[in-house]
Amino acid sequence: MVAEKLVGQPLKRKEDPRLITGAGNFLDDIKLTGMTHAYVVRSPFGHARITSIDTSRARAMPGVVGVFTGEDLAAVNPLPCAWPAAGGENNMNTPRVLALGEVHQVGDPVAVVVAETRYQAKDAAELVDISYEELGTVVDAYKATLDGAPQLHENAPNNVAVRWTCGKDADEVSAALAASDVRISQHIVNQRLIPTSMEPRGSIGRYDEGTGDYTLWATSQAPHVHRLLITAFILGIPEQKLRVISPDIGGGFGQKIFCYFDMPLVLWLSKAVGRPVKFFEDRSENYLSAAHGRDHITDVEIGASRDGKITALKVDTYANLGAYLSTVAPGIPTTLYGRMVAGCYKIPAIHVNVTGVYTNTAMVDAYRGAGRPEATFLIERVCDLVAQETGVDPAEVRRRNFIQPADFPYDTGIGMLPYDSGDYEKALDKALWNSSYADLRAEQARRRAKGNRKLLGIGLSSYVEVCGIAPSKYMGAQGWGAGLWESANVRIHLTGKVVVTTGSLPHGQGHETSFAQLVGDELGVPFDDIEVEWGDTLGTPFGFGTYGSRSLTVGGTAIYKSTAKIREKARLLAAHMLEANPEDVIWQDGKFQVKGSPESSKTMQEVALAAHVAYDLPEGMEPTLEATTFYDPPNCTFPFGTHICVVEVDADTGEIDLLRYVAVDDVGNVVNPLIVDGQVHGGIAQGLAQALFEGAVYSDNGELMTGTMNDYAIPKASQLPVYELDRTVTPSPVNPMGVKGAGEAGTIASTPCVANAVIDALAHLGVRHIDMPITPEKVWRATSAR
Amino acid sequence: MFPSQFGYHKPGSVAEAVKLLQADPDAKIVAGGHSLIPAMKLRLAAPSALVDLSGIESLRGISVNGNVSIGAMTTYAQIRDSAKLKAALPVLADVAYNVGDPQVQSCGTLGGSLAHNDPAADFTAVLVALGASVKAVGPKGERTIPVEDLLVDLLTTSLAEDEVLTEIIIPGGTSAAAYEKFRHPASGYAVVGVAAAVKTGKGGVVDDAKIAITGCTSKATRAHAAEQAFIGKPLSAESIAAASAVAANGLDLNGDHYASADYRGHLVGVQTRRALERLA
Repeated sequence: MVAEKLVGQPLKRKEDPRLITGAGNFLDDIKLTGMTHAYVVRSPFGHARITSIDTSRARAMPGVVGVFTGEDLAAVNPLPCAWPAAGGENNMNTPRVLALGEVHQVGDPVAVVVAETRYQAKDAAELVDISYEELGTVVDAYKATLDGAPQLHENAPNNVAVRWTCGKDADEVSAALAASDVRISQHIVNQRLIPTSMEPRGSIGRYDEGTGDYTLWATSQAPHVHRLLITAFILGIPEQKLRVISPDIGGGFGQKIFCYFDMPLVLWLSKAVGRPVKFFEDRSENYLSAAHGRDHITDVEIGASRDGKITALKVDTYANLGAYLSTVAPGIPTTLYGRMVAGCYKIPAIHVNVTGVYTNTAMVDAYRGAGRPEATFLIERVCDLVAQETGVDPAEVRRRNFIQPADFPYDTGIGMLPYDSGDYEKALDKALWNSSYADLRAEQARRRAKGNRKLLGIGLSSYVEVCGIAPSKYMGAQGWGAGLWESANVRIHLTGKVVVTTGSLPHGQGHETSFAQLVGDELGVPFDDIEVEWGDTLGTPFGFGTYGSRSLTVGGTAIYKSTAKIREKARLLAAHMLEANPEDVIWQDGKFQVKGSPESSKTMQEVALAAHVAYDLPEGMEPTLEATTFYDPPNCTFPFGTHICVVEVDADTGEIDLLRYVAVDDVGNVVNPLIVDGQVHGGIAQGLAQALFEGAVYSDNGELMTGTMNDYAIPKASQLPVYELDRTVTPSPVNPMGVKGAGEAGTIASTPCVANAVIDALAHLGVRHIDMPITPEKVWRATSAR
Repeated sequence: MFPSQFGYHKPGSVAEAVKLLQADPDAKIVAGGHSLIPAMKLRLAAPSALVDLSGIESLRGISVNGNVSIGAMTTYAQIRDSAKLKAALPVLADVAYNVGDPQVQSCGTLGGSLAHNDPAADFTAVLVALGASVKAVGPKGERTIPVEDLLVDLLTTSLAEDEVLTEIIIPGGTSAAAYEKFRHPASGYAVVGVAAAVKTGKGGVVDDAKIAITGCTSKATRAHAAEQAFIGKPLSAESIAAASAVAANGLDLNGDHYASADYRGHLVGVQTRRALERLA
């Protein structure tokens, strides 16, 4: 009997029973003997000089173990920024663990109270007396660059953190624009978002006086990287003296990639007070000070032909990076945004100018999609603007500009790696078919003719994104401060059970399940016999973590290659056991068989036992079945697809009803369709939330007006449509499994799809663009003005 | 989310609750706890003690006997699911279903909502439109307060610190009532809520009507101009249009970064029309 392949099956996730019954082990579940609690006193001002701090009243409070300020940590280095923009101007300013002298955003950490309980720590924190001298604030990226704006950092005149360009020379693109029959310009704001994972952030530090070792438990998407940054760059302790553990992580969406002040702080504090120290932020602290996403102000100039072909694109973007540079902040609006603005289209002349700007707001860094959502929003709005201006149907505009299957690998000419593979038209056609696009347009025309107050809108978004972020050589040239390969160790124990250690790290992605499917097929062991380990730097090979939809494409390939190494060694041992020539032994139906005599076979478990007891191994063969791989892929992968959204807009109130959402994604070969569908569902929800609901708002003095979930609109299930999902499969030639990555695609596609649908509903009234979130009031204003 | 230290009392009777409040002027009553407890967690409120009314059985229950009487500690879920109310005054169940989410409905109480007087609450407007009053018990005994007089200003009522709101009484005679709500996408509170109740006589002529607006004013507020536009006439497309055109007149509308005062004023008109269309 041939065992059914695990890869491709919609298996339920192994990790779910644990996680959904409260049996997971999240950071705030961890309680160490003698553990104390840290509460951070934060700046109430967007920009101010600290004139005095008096901690005496707080120190006298019950349960207080210690109170510390920036002065106490003056010898500790600021946090590092690991990804300056390559080939551009970088005026680097990174945050200190605790502010020293000046604060630059509301929520900047100024002092910390360590106490026996969190209640006591918070009570005492209210009695830390801090005097400030307020300074001018600026929260808007464009305004911050104008002469006379308040200056945040001495080394960044006009608050410019980063200046960077890509593509053709600006004059050349201006000439191409001038020569175009159709010219359009548009001001587009991609608003600031607050990531909002279910679990906020935190960390626990423990210093062992006996060994001099530190242990850090952290809500981290990249524990090995954090160990490196904290030891070598911040605290100056030897890398091997710190162990970093990521327990179960309740979502990250990028926000937990970065190194935050509390990580070195709890380690420093644990040494200072001689006890473990836990810091765990509440939701409001998370909103105030953990990294935000997006926040671009863009002016785009478009050239096109009368038949809807895009001839030139000139992009000028101000990217708000917040008060300081977060860990990889400059790389997001440059490499991952600027180099992706071509989308799925052949555009002969592109110039992108990016100005990264300091403002008195929370830091901005990678958030699900990271740069590609901003790029996709821009180019997909551009397609609709061209359609509106030329009268060519939006689907047809896309079709006429698509990169064709024969063009791959395709170089867009703006410094991105070549797109690996794709058939954009196939996905578009499937989405048009699945949505009955022609019928929808007919219904729209009928409603318009009748003056129906329920306006129908149809939005398209054809996207391509770059994921499986790597290879090291390319990323190094892009300014990234380290490699981007991934590690995997696979070993088969004496009992035939398999342990897989990966340098990637799940925080909702389902690694335990997908990786077990992959390994089960390759090694011929049952799904339930495979354990996937991650997240602890102790005794595991270095890995870069999970982000950029890289776990399967890079980390999974490392696992795949380790299984191949094991299988080859096991085949040689099987031949020895079967007393056959190695050339005659093949892996078939999940067993090693002698060619032509299937009755003469050995299972992987039998071989594993022999390899472990090592009584009789071939000459020179080492015991055990184990292999480690460090995999650096030759290229990224480029998933793509087309989403179509149908909305109904209430012309009286501006309310938007999502009638349908059709998605066709191509993520290459699929390991677990259930998990991929889940990723697409969540991704669409998060992306459409940007289009309609979410948006961080600051007052002019730097106060976050959307500081709680009462103001910041995370959508509830009742606000979301039913998703009609489908796929095309174009395997990636980049990795042996032909996989592409699925974690961010939904988010990247859905924002412009929904925005385009709403604007399309109003197009006949002359509406060309509405900035997000497209609230009912904005719809009402756009329509009632006409 | 760690509140300041506070005491906790769970009295078994209203009289005991009043005594506790008299003894500690900084104590606060907690009913369902869905407004006060979050405020305490954010340290926006720091009462010395909570007087929890959940142990007082007499404060729960719904009775219909010409008037509708609802105990102050009756939850939204109980109102939502009450067959008696669905028959007598279906608007109440309809509104309860649209307050917050199932968790809020299970814990939040009608009395708590009125005593808190959130400017974007739903039931404040609905009870003003229905001409309801409340009973309150204090050291000097019981008194009856029309809901319109109870609601003084933003988060402020005419209850004394040592008074306990015990019961809500809705007079009979309403022919039809409706509530139109525009929900805030994050909080679920009313950005604009319009409650309308009418008494109709012969030939469908409206003998009396009350319209109350919530969400965009400092407290639930009557839209007198809109009422006058159709009292004495039957509800028709014409009278409804006249009423909705003037619904926002005279209201002191507030705005925020989600919805401006202008837009809320526009919504008051649209929702007044829609509420009245449901009554016609």
